Amino acid sequence: MKAVDDITFSLKEGETLGIVGESGCGKTTTCHALFNLLPPGGQLMGGSIHFDGTEITAKSQKEMQKIRGKEMAMILQDPMASLDPLFSIFDQVGEPAYHHRKLRRNSLKTQVEELLGMVRIPSPSIRMKEFPHQMSGGMRQRIVGAMALAGGPKLIVADEPTTNLDVTIQLQYLELLKELQDQTGVALIFVTHNLGIVAKMCNQIAVMYAGKIVEQGTTRDIFNQPQHPYTDALLKSIPVLGNKDPLYVIPGQPPNLAEPPDGCLFHPRCPKADQRCRVEHPPEVVLQNAQSSVCWMTHKEEQHA
Amino acid sequence: MSQISSVKNATVLIFPSIQRIILKSRNLPILPIAIIVAVLFLAIFANLISPHDPERSVKDTETGRPIDNYLPPFWMDGGSIRTPLGTDFHSRDILSRLIHGSRVSLIVGLVGTLAAGLVGTTLGITAGYLGGWWDQIIMRVTDAWLALPSLIFAIFLASVLRPSLWNIVIILALVFWSRYTRQIRAEVLALRERDYVRLAEVTGASRLRVMVKHILPNTLNTVMVLFSLTIGVAIIIEASLSFLGIGVPPPKPAWGLMMADGRGPLIAGKWWISVFPGLCIMLLVLASNLLGDWLRVRLDPQLRNR
Amino acid sequence: MPEPVLEVIDLKKHFPVRSSFLGMGSVSQWVRAVDGISFSVGAGETLGVVGESGCGKTTTAKLILAQESATSGEIRFQGQDVTRLKGRDLMEYRRSVQAVFQDPFSSLSPRMRVGDIISEPLEIHTDLSRYNIRTRVGEVLELVGLQPEQASLFPHEFSGGQRQRIAIARALATEAKLIILDEPVSALDVSIRAHILTLLEDLQKQLGVSYVFIGHDLAAVAHISHRIAVMYLGEIVETAESLDLCNDPQHPYTQVLFAASLPSHPDEDKTVLNLSGEVPSAINPPTGCSFHPRCESAMPQCSTFEPTQKTLSVGHMAACHLHEER
Repeated sequence: MKAVDDITFSLKEGETLGIVGESGCGKTTTCHALFNLLPPGGQLMGGSIHFDGTEITAKSQKEMQKIRGKEMAMILQDPMASLDPLFSIFDQVGEPAYHHRKLRRNSLKTQVEELLGMVRIPSPSIRMKEFPHQMSGGMRQRIVGAMALAGGPKLIVADEPTTNLDVTIQLQYLELLKELQDQTGVALIFVTHNLGIVAKMCNQIAVMYAGKIVEQGTTRDIFNQPQHPYTDALLKSIPVLGNKDPLYVIPGQPPNLAEPPDGCLFHPRCPKADQRCRVEHPPEVVLQNAQSSVCWMTHKEEQHA
Repeated sequence: MSQISSVKNATVLIFPSIQRIILKSRNLPILPIAIIVAVLFLAIFANLISPHDPERSVKDTETGRPIDNYLPPFWMDGGSIRTPLGTDFHSRDILSRLIHGSRVSLIVGLVGTLAAGLVGTTLGITAGYLGGWWDQIIMRVTDAWLALPSLIFAIFLASVLRPSLWNIVIILALVFWSRYTRQIRAEVLALRERDYVRLAEVTGASRLRVMVKHILPNTLNTVMVLFSLTIGVAIIIEASLSFLGIGVPPPKPAWGLMMADGRGPLIAGKWWISVFPGLCIMLLVLASNLLGDWLRVRLDPQLRNR
Repeated sequence: MPEPVLEVIDLKKHFPVRSSFLGMGSVSQWVRAVDGISFSVGAGETLGVVGESGCGKTTTAKLILAQESATSGEIRFQGQDVTRLKGRDLMEYRRSVQAVFQDPFSSLSPRMRVGDIISEPLEIHTDLSRYNIRTRVGEVLELVGLQPEQASLFPHEFSGGQRQRIAIARALATEAKLIILDEPVSALDVSIRAHILTLLEDLQKQLGVSYVFIGHDLAAVAHISHRIAVMYLGEIVETAESLDLCNDPQHPYTQVLFAASLPSHPDEDKTVLNLSGEVPSAINPPTGCSFHPRCESAMPQCSTFEPTQKTLSVGHMAACHLHEER
């Protein structure tokens, strides 16, 4: 079963990429592949993954352990899953700094205080002695952010980081991430199905469907002129504040990746599908503004232009 | 700005994991099931299969008088194929006694554990779901009961009640119910917070209905696992009681009793009277424990959902 | 004016905080989960309820569904006081008021067939024959866009969106007049949300059923609701018609919620949010207006006097000292 099929994207320092898609589209598997952390039974077949000049696919698990937590870090959806209830905040935030940057005692303590300050935890020197269950959801997620920063990473991947947070807490958290990015120049990848997060935080978007990237481009371009019918349908299905127009309903179900349809994977649900779409898989079409779409319709328009 | 990360033409395949293969396949634990089925078969058709009457001495076909006692198994000197596993003090055929003895072990083991399960599960579900003072009472009693050492408690009960097959079943039920109650109650405490239970309550389902239709079916996994794990212990307790002479009364054959009978002759070198029933007990208990373990892994919801 | 289907008048629910370990000690404090709310829902109407965690919306749902008993106040269903119902009257009430919860994966009993799940309310409340029950189950399955044949399947054979449909079908089985929906689309994928929201709207038009739609996604709530109530720390701070609220939020907290919601376009101009701190505990709410410690526009009287609901325009009420009764 091809969880992820022939995807290509790239990210520069200080940039934010949004990988957008619904359940089963392969976005989480892509993150795991980036970290070379595929679950048992998952295998990377071909292609390359470059990180900061080195090839990830060529590295052993031991070498990867030096990179994970240090150069690249991940923030997950549920902070209680990332935080160990038995260890204090100090222990957990300090761990990456302890392992990767070999800080000890006073310098470690200072570093942890600094990190907690960066994520706006009040009275860090007192708070770091506390335990996760003594903190609110928003604070916990910020602490997870501090842990991610502790190794001094160049890339942070956030997988649905604000799903469990309240609206106002979510906003505070996202603004914090933006600030941290301005301060440290870290590159961010947001993996989410929430187009609002992407609209707010990302410069680039990659839209995934059934294991493939069906559209890529700058956020503005994609919101203004979505090329791929799936992206278009997705944008039209989201309720907009103050707008009572009926929502677009995408017919059908996502395909079973064990038995994918012929041709374009989206064709059974696509309002614009024609004969070619049903038979042949479309190529990637790159437009002038570097926006790309894997669709025969885009291909046709490009030919006419 | 320098490039941090780039991914080119990456493809990831997911193979079905070993776990998924095992759980989805019909990979039953053949050996334990075969053993249990064999014992069941023997127990049900004992009258047909058994070569001799287990309670009477084997008679010589010509003279009509009892044959020698303490005959060894057929592969040893002096043994005969007519009594393949030998005879005991009363010239009774060991094999026939083994076959009939399976009835006792099975009935007692199965029915006793079943009875314990019925009582224990009912108490566990009502305690967990209804809560309040009923829960408090049941939990205190269960805690106290669990503290009793099972064998000694069984011995005590056996000495109080008249020895009989069904009394042993009752004793087993009394000894083991608390194991179910504690575990089931813990599970029910979690189950009653589930949305579907809440929704059933909102719909107006009576408490009885919720317990029977929503809670009970979702505890069946745990009940089944507990059941198969407890059978083994029940059989051992029964065998122990019989061994001590306070179990199923003679002349009805019971494996534990046979082991007790063979204690003396064992020292004199006549091992077959104790060893064969011992082997049978061991096989049956082992089989049910293995089956229980397999069931537990198979039915574990965490593994099931992957 | 036609009678509202549901009317809630000064409803309060306070939970005791017991000091002793076994839960049997003396009561030292009270958690004011719901602290005097009032609203109404008309026939065929949807009332949206928004608020963040701890605002009391879930407790309100439980009160309406008679899963908790009110500390004080009244709940009226179709004109009748249902606050302290028991026995047969309670069963009648339950027949007409149903619920749909957030998690499609735990809303349906995994060991029951879908048909049995949907027929349960019918078995409890009616004495229809088995045949009639089966017919009705087929009817509601079709209503929600599934097929009657699927009644023999088990929940795990359906996707998340389909399971929510089944949950909705169950809620409709006994022709309920009011359905309480607690975050019904939050656990679903983006495109599936559109399916379910559209389905709910269609069903409302078809059957005239009323909804109380609890959610945290303002855009989704605003889309489906006719009117919205904004809750904070156990109180309703503002009530208005959906579009009115979106265009002209009056209460500072509502304004904060709107400012905090995510944009629908990268170029969308958003007012800067100036909100500090976190939601205070419901055990010791702030004096006066509960929002005053975090409010940008707080005035001296906000910490001493509790604001009353003031009508600002037709159907638009807010509890804030900034506004004078118009």
